Amino acid sequence: MTRPNTYRSGPDEQGHFGIFGGRYVAETLMPLILDVEKAYREARADPAFEGEMLRQLKQYVGRPNPLYFAERLTEKLGGAKIYFKREELNHTGAHKINNCIGQILLARRMGKTRIIAETGAGQHGVATATVCALYNMPCVIYMGETDIARQAPNVFRMKLLGAEVRAVTSGAKTLKDAMNEALRDWVTNVADTFYIIGTAAGPHPYPTIVRDFQSVIGTEVKTQMQEQEGRLPDSLIACVGGGSNAIGLFHPFLDDPSVAMIAVEAAGRGLDKGPLDHAASINGGRPGVLHGNRTYLLQDEDGQILEGHSISAGLDYPGVGPEHAWLNDVGRVTYAAATDAEALEAFQLCAQTEGIIPALESAHALAEVIKRAPTLPKDHLMVLCLSGRGDKDIFSVAQHLGVSL
Amino acid sequence: MNAVAESRPPESRIDRRFQALKAEGRAGLITFITAGDPDPAACQTLLDGLPAAGADLIELGVPFTDPMADGPSIQASSLRALNAGMTVRKTLSLVTKFREKDGETPIILMGYYNPIYAYGVDRFLVDAKASGVDGLIIVDLPPEEDGELCVPAIRAGINFIRLTTPTTDEKRLPAVLQNTSGFLYYVSIAGITGTASAANTAVDAAVARLKRNSDLPVAVGFGIKTPAQAAEVARVADAVVVGSAIVSRLADGLDETGALSPGLVEDVLGFVRELAEGVRTARG
Repeated sequence: MTRPNTYRSGPDEQGHFGIFGGRYVAETLMPLILDVEKAYREARADPAFEGEMLRQLKQYVGRPNPLYFAERLTEKLGGAKIYFKREELNHTGAHKINNCIGQILLARRMGKTRIIAETGAGQHGVATATVCALYNMPCVIYMGETDIARQAPNVFRMKLLGAEVRAVTSGAKTLKDAMNEALRDWVTNVADTFYIIGTAAGPHPYPTIVRDFQSVIGTEVKTQMQEQEGRLPDSLIACVGGGSNAIGLFHPFLDDPSVAMIAVEAAGRGLDKGPLDHAASINGGRPGVLHGNRTYLLQDEDGQILEGHSISAGLDYPGVGPEHAWLNDVGRVTYAAATDAEALEAFQLCAQTEGIIPALESAHALAEVIKRAPTLPKDHLMVLCLSGRGDKDIFSVAQHLGVSL
Repeated sequence: MNAVAESRPPESRIDRRFQALKAEGRAGLITFITAGDPDPAACQTLLDGLPAAGADLIELGVPFTDPMADGPSIQASSLRALNAGMTVRKTLSLVTKFREKDGETPIILMGYYNPIYAYGVDRFLVDAKASGVDGLIIVDLPPEEDGELCVPAIRAGINFIRLTTPTTDEKRLPAVLQNTSGFLYYVSIAGITGTASAANTAVDAAVARLKRNSDLPVAVGFGIKTPAQAAEVARVADAVVVGSAIVSRLADGLDETGALSPGLVEDVLGFVRELAEGVRTARG
């Protein structure tokens, strides 16, 4: 494949990143999706929209969050100089809120009066319920029954925030089924409802919308690294399920050739164990069409979607955002993977050396840092996206470590 | 990609069936069942029995793990079929066997794109044509993605039937009509299969609007559950689609292990007979 002049011009008019992306949705949704696209273009050109978003990101979310030099971890690993982008310090404890603020402003601009969303680990559900409380809009969150059992604290949080959490009992009762159910709701309530998709996937223009709203992560890193080190970072590392925090960190740097980027998929019990034992769509899947876009998917020979596995409910999705699929194929981003065991180890190391309990999702990226940093020189500047805090995960981590709470 | 010249394949079984219905002065009944539900052998018996029970056209659902536009009964039927080992290849085998006995009743495969994409579009079209498939309804391929399957299907001599919905406005209708052949499928509610029913007046107006914009026959579906409702829609539409109600009738009669109980296929075909009776007497 020839190297493009820029990696930042996608998608095309039809929402494609190379062969990936697109708008594979039922006819009922098409007019609405075209409306969302139009409203989004207009919003981005409107200074009032940008102004309100920046005000909320600063005063409500708490941005900019720090680019923190992780000194003890750096010493311990004995190589690259490691920085954490502290997305876990955002209000609600993860990067998800960046996108939710943007999308609810878009929903209001479109005159929609009801919000729906899907959630896996519950982080996007909490962020959505939060912005719905903030803007006084009714909110229905779809969550797989299996995930509801795994993520009880977040379920209660959403309810406290005034959201209705609907248990999804179809299919495997996890994130992909929650997304199916949200799409079913949307198709039934097209007139008044806006669907806040939480990851950089789904039909065009969602992958672009989510990427743009999350790009605040990378944009801040660029400025902060310039202030702190006077130059660009050398490598960026982020976890990828659907891939919203990764694309948000990477996108502003895609045309800086000196910056290496590594996205880390969930290898579950091991990539070699078979497709039911991991959630690594790029490393262990092949292109297909699901949830409105073409991308890498975990699927069987007959095109039936497989349920991935990861210790982290937030990475447990059988697809990945279409821009990631493309960035993989053009070779701009490296897609690595970390197992459940590696993530658990990184989770504990981070807690003990830096006093930060990371989300299990972010711990996958941290596992890659642990593998790479020792092999690199001390002047190598490495940025990890610490996408969320791990309070929600302590119960499942305790269980895996054989501790009863 | 959307060349008008390609928009119609040569006269098909579907065209001939609608011409015959028009000559008879009545609407047709289109029945939906899921391929391989509850198991491949029982499904073959059911499929083979549909024409004699009064189905004028048959929609055969290709099961998919993630049927985003379907309600609970078709979701459940897809899972039953997949659990019974159903695949795209076996779906085509059902059609091949059906064609050994019936060369006239049109069969339309209905489903989602990924299983076809995984099978390989070109190979799928060759095999589908050879097995006797006449048309395709692929829920997640809107006109914006016509290059994927719609245009190649037309070239392969297979009708690509599009859904139009209450949200398909005047501006969008031409794009939806282009490259559609066989018939138009009007989805009478904004929603998923097998849930709410549309108001008759709204259906009348929508069918009239489609008729003003296209000379294709118009079939109406989603939410039609009883012979009386089918008869009501058959007054104005060229065909009535019943899916979830048939699939539910089958599901309700399965024993506690999910297996076929004696007489169930006959019972489902009996229900199809009632629906056909409703449709046939609607304009009497």
